[in-house]
Amino acid sequence: MTITLEELRDVPVAVVVDARGTSCPGPILAAKKGIPAVASGAVMEVMATDSGTLKDLPAWCKKMGHDFLGVIEEPGYLRLFLRKV
Amino acid sequence: MAQTDKKTIVLFSGDLDKVLAAFVIANGAAAMGDDVTMFFTFWGLNALRRDHKPATPDKTPLQRMFATMMPRGPKKLAMSRMNFAGAGPVLMKRMMRANHVMSIDEMIATAKEQEIKMIACTMSMDVMGLRAEELIDGLEFAGVATYLGEADEANVNLFI
Repeated sequence: MTITLEELRDVPVAVVVDARGTSCPGPILAAKKGIPAVASGAVMEVMATDSGTLKDLPAWCKKMGHDFLGVIEEPGYLRLFLRKV
Repeated sequence: MAQTDKKTIVLFSGDLDKVLAAFVIANGAAAMGDDVTMFFTFWGLNALRRDHKPATPDKTPLQRMFATMMPRGPKKLAMSRMNFAGAGPVLMKRMMRANHVMSIDEMIATAKEQEIKMIACTMSMDVMGLRAEELIDGLEFAGVATYLGEADEANVNLFI
């Protein structure tokens, strides 16, 4: 369930996990560590520099049952958003 | 809906690159909520050796020779290709650090944190003269039937 980039910029984020500077499987490990602190229905942001995260975090969400919302590509890093189910 | 599956990995190889691949897959699967069992056999056991050598006075001369010739722990592992008498692993580890890839020691620590089950094959330990006290903490010790029992429950099984 991807939302538009405009909606993504305005979405309220409950928890931000910074996985920048880590390599595979660092970003999904960070997501696993961060998700317990997120309430059901709230949004978590994962910041990452490993480009594989573009595919890996949606795959992680699918497996874990969360909704991947989309990505904002900032200069030098990625901001990926998901909603906890 | 989140679904817990199970993955089993047999680590037969003691090559740095293959051990790394095994731990990346194992830690990735655990991060995705799966139960993971790793079964270490033959050369793969060398990845679990402690840096420091405990006293093992009851070993035979042949077992002692094996223990001396085999790599003692993750830092001593050779590569399957481009080893160049030990220069390859030095360069590989430098490139891993530059790319923020976890070292094998860190991978093993993360595997323990994620409650990945690590089983050392007792038959290979006997053949190669490796004692439980020479290996890291947190292992289980078992044989092929235990591994097969775990593999029966898994939907992915890898031999590395």
